[in-house]
Amino acid sequence: MLSSKPPFKIIVPGRTYRCDSDQTHAPMFHQLEGLHIDKGITMGHLKGCLDYFIKEFFEVKNVKMRFRPSHFPFTEPSAEVDIGYKVEKGKIVIGEGDKWLEILGCGMVHPNVLKNVKIDPKKYQGFAFGIGIDRLAMLKYGINDLRAFFEADYRWLSHYGFDPLDVPTNYRGLSK
Amino acid sequence: MIITIPWLKEHLKTTAKESEIINQLTNIGLEVEGLKENPGEMGKFKIAKVLKAEKHPNADKLKVCDVTIGGKEILKVVCGAPNAREGLITIYAPPGAIIPKTNFKLKVAKIRGVESKGMLCSENELNLSSESEGIIELKNKEKEIGKSYFKSKSQKAIDISITPNRADCLGIKGIARDLSSTGIGKLIQTKRKKIKQNIKHQIKTSIIKEKNQGCVSFGSCYIKNITNKESPEWLKNKLITLGLKPISAVVDITNYIMFDLNRPLHAYDADKINKEIIVRNAKEGEIFEALDNKKYKLKKDMCVISDKSGVLGLGGIIGGTTTSTELETKNILIEAAYFYPSSIRKTARGLNINTDAKYRFERGIDPNSIKEGLELATELILKICGGEASKFQITGKTNPKNRIIDFQVEKFEKLIGISITANEVDKILSSLGFKCKKSQKTIKVEVPSWRPDVSLDEDLIEELIRIKGFNNIKLIEPSKNRIQETLNFKQKLFHLSQRSLASKGYMEIVTWSFTDSKIDKQFSKGEKEIPIFNPISSDLDILRRSIFSNLAINLKKNQDRGYEDLSLFEIGPTFFGKNPGEQQIVLGGIKCGKINRKSWLDKERNVDVFDIKSDAIKTLIELGIEEKNLFVSDNTKHSYHPGRSGSITLKSEKGPHLAYFGEIHPAIIKNLDCKDKNIFGFEIFLKNIPEPNKKLRQSKKSFLASDYQKSERDFAFVIDKIFKIGVLEKIIREVDDNLIQNVSTFDVYEGENIPKDKKSVAINVTLQAIDKTLTENDLDEISKKIIDIVNKKTGATIRS
Repeated sequence: MLSSKPPFKIIVPGRTYRCDSDQTHAPMFHQLEGLHIDKGITMGHLKGCLDYFIKEFFEVKNVKMRFRPSHFPFTEPSAEVDIGYKVEKGKIVIGEGDKWLEILGCGMVHPNVLKNVKIDPKKYQGFAFGIGIDRLAMLKYGINDLRAFFEADYRWLSHYGFDPLDVPTNYRGLSK
Repeated sequence: MIITIPWLKEHLKTTAKESEIINQLTNIGLEVEGLKENPGEMGKFKIAKVLKAEKHPNADKLKVCDVTIGGKEILKVVCGAPNAREGLITIYAPPGAIIPKTNFKLKVAKIRGVESKGMLCSENELNLSSESEGIIELKNKEKEIGKSYFKSKSQKAIDISITPNRADCLGIKGIARDLSSTGIGKLIQTKRKKIKQNIKHQIKTSIIKEKNQGCVSFGSCYIKNITNKESPEWLKNKLITLGLKPISAVVDITNYIMFDLNRPLHAYDADKINKEIIVRNAKEGEIFEALDNKKYKLKKDMCVISDKSGVLGLGGIIGGTTTSTELETKNILIEAAYFYPSSIRKTARGLNINTDAKYRFERGIDPNSIKEGLELATELILKICGGEASKFQITGKTNPKNRIIDFQVEKFEKLIGISITANEVDKILSSLGFKCKKSQKTIKVEVPSWRPDVSLDEDLIEELIRIKGFNNIKLIEPSKNRIQETLNFKQKLFHLSQRSLASKGYMEIVTWSFTDSKIDKQFSKGEKEIPIFNPISSDLDILRRSIFSNLAINLKKNQDRGYEDLSLFEIGPTFFGKNPGEQQIVLGGIKCGKINRKSWLDKERNVDVFDIKSDAIKTLIELGIEEKNLFVSDNTKHSYHPGRSGSITLKSEKGPHLAYFGEIHPAIIKNLDCKDKNIFGFEIFLKNIPEPNKKLRQSKKSFLASDYQKSERDFAFVIDKIFKIGVLEKIIREVDDNLIQNVSTFDVYEGENIPKDKKSVAINVTLQAIDKTLTENDLDEISKKIIDIVNKKTGATIRS
């Protein structure tokens, strides 16, 4: 952001680390960070963007989504997003039902963040979000243990693996 | 933070149902993490007596206890506690009870062959304290054997996750205030009764003015002639529902006020204070024994409460043993102080102490709550324990000025996307305790002292929208105009590499960026080790320097699972320093086992170095490098077999290093203790793959195919043994670019009839012209040219 000028539309996947290890926490996981800075970008845009993403990712027409106030030091206001789900015959069905599942954190970029990268927060504003990719994959494919992603078990890889040429696209679908 | 509905209702006048309250809490950002429903459950824990404790026949550390809960039946319980002994009165959990700590439901179970009916509990297991050494020892409870230990009519405990900015909600009153702003109920303003404060405050208090003084203000009340005792049921029940252990009325009252008003207090036995209270910085090395019975060695700059003799407590964190109150205590000093959050945080981290008070002070409690806290504490102590109270003595800075924010209402719409009226702003903020004064353009908002987190317009906007409700924001469809290419060249390479390797039958794996230093050492000799400061386990103690470390570990694991023919690859970072950017993306592949294992169709054979070389080369070609630009040499490094490995560089030996390939060094395989020792690998350094400066369509020549017949000629050259065949092929290819279509080696021979330092290389050359069929003459001519040029450049002769 220091080396360029708004508008910014950035999406960054990458390895992230923490000192934690259990069924749903791994010492390394993948985070997808998104940032959109421009004139007049509001929380409405944030909601629209995430709604679009969730529908495309889970390949459902409608998804029940809940923005819940939360706190992150770099966004203000901040929210966590839950999506509705239900359990049917032992399988998670995303998008409907009366249970909530937390999937990501987001908010409007804090003015101090913009000031730090020499952007005038009076002129520009925008949103940011962060999603755990591994957790989303667990939900989509019904995988119980996060650690299995990193254990390189040949049997697990054969079971969940994709064809080498199975490139996900919006027009053909993201999964078979 | 745990709350119960009845307690909440002491501060909130509401008719809302429990489920509504829970919903609203989550909606306004006080996320309900769980409900502990324990009606009746806690009643199952009975006061019991151990009649006999004998060693378990099959286990040294276990005992088999005969336990009575009053009736005739004698219960056999297996217990591992060292203090389980005859005559001990403790707490017994029958089968069916749910242990609060673990949420584990007890069953009758055989432990090492002896049936155990239920268990004897430690304080930790009952969430009473962190004490897990041994089972609870109860005193003076002989008469109560068989009765329930927890007498409370158990209530639903609501567990709320409080975000770090909301220090004000670490008390039940604060949560009630937040709820009231949603309209679900009204905050009850409690009127305090006037308390008699007639006696003289006996203890002088002062805050030393010095650098880094962590204490801002120190308030206290002296109360004499009290009768400290067991707390009344209502008070004990409140603490038990929060998971606290009732101790005595004085201590319980201070704890109660901490959870009720978010106002930590401390009670001293006033008779044990040597003359006066001095709040000062600790001296380096000063020793202090805290209420957790641990001794701490203090550092200077840690804020301590002291008297003439020494340290009495760590301000805002934990009290000390020397002045602790007991049931016999007659005269007490109640402290209500305010400390800087940063000072608390630093001290607590330095000594690794975590207490409920520290948790509150470090997040920032209301600096103006000293008087209120002392009032309520004094009132309750006089009521429960009797005695006479002094006037409050408050030293240090008091009544800090509240922040004022000039709030522009239209800023809300600009950031959120929906509008709000000035009246709505006033209503919401006022209900949260802010004071609003409308002027022409802005609203002057005074931030209450308990909200240290609010200082900007954006903070106010957050308050407004969380109460107004995020669900009222209309979503705006994203516009899908793309201003730049989504992925840059390096990112595209990353994905292309994955597809390329996967299409060759390799499985992609993703492993930790850290690895086992013992393994990594073998692949990264001589490179600086990068240890992890706080590793998750001892075998993941450094950042990997080689992509092979985890590949090899996981290859072995799969071999151990019985999988023999494996091809794995990973694309990810390897590290050469601890600073950001000191890493590069490497594509690593590893392969072992056999080709065509037990096939009826083809002959089975071991994977060999040519397989791995071919995979590396094909991948590089797919990543966009023309085959003729790949320079293969036998340069290698220590982790590969010295004879069966090589390097690929761009264009020449000195060109950018694209890859290593080869057999993994046998010594490493031996150290890894792999089942199948036939293991090969390659590393491709993606940063060295050049970005083509021309698009493919621009760099391709137009297609010209010859309609004339092609011919082939074979040559056998006798050449120096060390001469690289790749170089030889290249020399031949360059003899005539137009006529020579292909050059390939089909045999290499060393031995009889060939001089010792030479080898014979048989090469097939395909020749074809674009404008005619080559005649015998033409072919002879070009053959001669090839032989001459090869001889001139390499000294090779044609084998006769």
